[in-house]
Amino acid sequence: MAPSGKKPLLFLACSIPFCLLIYNGITNNLTANPIKEITHFTGEWTLNFLLITLAVTPLRKITGNNALIRYRRMLGLFTFFYACLHFSTFLALDHFFDWAEIVRDIVKRPYVTVGFTAFILLIPLAVTSTNKMTRRLGNNWRKLHRLIYLIGVCAIFHYLWLVKADILPPVIYGLILCLLLALRSPRIKFKSRKT
Amino acid sequence: MLIKTPDPIKPSQITDKQQYLNRRQFIRDTTKFGMAGALLTSATGLILPAETALAGTKLSTVKNHEFSTDEELTPYDAVTSYNNFYEFGTDKRDPASRSGKFKPQPWSVAIDGECMKPGVYDYEDIIKPHQLEERIYRLRCVEAWSMVIPWVGIPLGDVLKRFEPTSRAKYVSFTTVMRPDEMPGLRRDVLRWPYREGLRIDEAMHPLTILTVGLYGETLPNQNGAPIRLIVPWKYGFKSIKSIVKIEFTHKQPKTSWNISAPHEYGFYANVNPEVDHPRWSQGKERRIGDFLKRETLKFNGYGEQVAALYNGMDLRKHY
Repeated sequence: MAPSGKKPLLFLACSIPFCLLIYNGITNNLTANPIKEITHFTGEWTLNFLLITLAVTPLRKITGNNALIRYRRMLGLFTFFYACLHFSTFLALDHFFDWAEIVRDIVKRPYVTVGFTAFILLIPLAVTSTNKMTRRLGNNWRKLHRLIYLIGVCAIFHYLWLVKADILPPVIYGLILCLLLALRSPRIKFKSRKT
Repeated sequence: MLIKTPDPIKPSQITDKQQYLNRRQFIRDTTKFGMAGALLTSATGLILPAETALAGTKLSTVKNHEFSTDEELTPYDAVTSYNNFYEFGTDKRDPASRSGKFKPQPWSVAIDGECMKPGVYDYEDIIKPHQLEERIYRLRCVEAWSMVIPWVGIPLGDVLKRFEPTSRAKYVSFTTVMRPDEMPGLRRDVLRWPYREGLRIDEAMHPLTILTVGLYGETLPNQNGAPIRLIVPWKYGFKSIKSIVKIEFTHKQPKTSWNISAPHEYGFYANVNPEVDHPRWSQGKERRIGDFLKRETLKFNGYGEQVAALYNGMDLRKHY
């Protein structure tokens, strides 16, 4: 099958967490505090997709399989999709559009500040993800999309600064991010690419 | 619509606890050993009666109206499935799903420190001389959610007096049981174990403070701190220590687990106070479990009339 033929499959796979969330919502399986559960679930999957997206380039380098690049945009857009769910949960379910409270949270709470920053920075990346925009921006597209590294760092601190005592999960996420960024270094070389 | 409020559940509709735990065990076994293995282990469970069968026993109580709220109760299912009890794991679902091996009976509590009658007392020795009361209290978690729970307990002060604390007893310290084999959360040092909490002696003697043995008219489920726990309704939930094995009268202010973990975030007093935020989040509002919209948090969790006098002249910003 041509790589592009696998895209619908990937789309379905990326939708599984969302379907699971809907299913758990319908079957009343989101704990006694569903709003917090939805917030955590969507946040965690945003982070998962962010790291999966960031894994494409190192994976390409390691396997020499350049076709992988075709899937990166979809993975990135799913990151944005889960981030939108996460952010709208915060606005609509958690705060029910209490704007004064929302602004106070963003300004006063460092973990919200970095999370909000990460979300805002994702917007230009999603907007410029079309073929047309890629062509129009030319070399600037690459520069712009390097923002994803900063977004990754913001996302890790967003998680780290909100946990009460168990910092292990955000630390693991942080280490994976470090690894994925380190593998990009031109000093790290793998076998030559496949032809 | 994603948000559904659970229907109120009658006790008669609730699955028998042992059956429920068996089901969990069954699911775990299936993943571990496959279907055949799970069937085998559950079959042995049918032959050998489980030792934890005591949990969920009906208790005879009198209702205490003086201190009870008439607010709508949080459903039994929510009270027993959404818990913070890190000894079983840090996820809210862990205490219910991972406490099946915990044995709350037999139980004893060591009484120690500045008192005339120290010693190790059996659960029965501690509870029997007292009349159990049902008290419907608000519970406010430091994470900004809250519940309304019908506890069954006895005033802590009545119990403590029996051990004849001396004039040197200025504080009371409490310790949670530590059984790594039955409490999987203890494998990791998320907090410094064993879990410890403490109260000033006048807080401990206050009539609102209860030594709790049940909820919804039955003995405490493991995830709620079986068989004996503290409830201090005007303080954040983490002060209400679970599964107590030691009570000590002390002259100096005792060390407490969350305070050791993050001293600038969790103070010794930890009174519910909407005016003093947690350094990382607001304490001004809370979500009552089952509600969609948040509500204003009340100072001393609404028990100010009874307890504010305990803190006269104290700067509650400093003594958070």
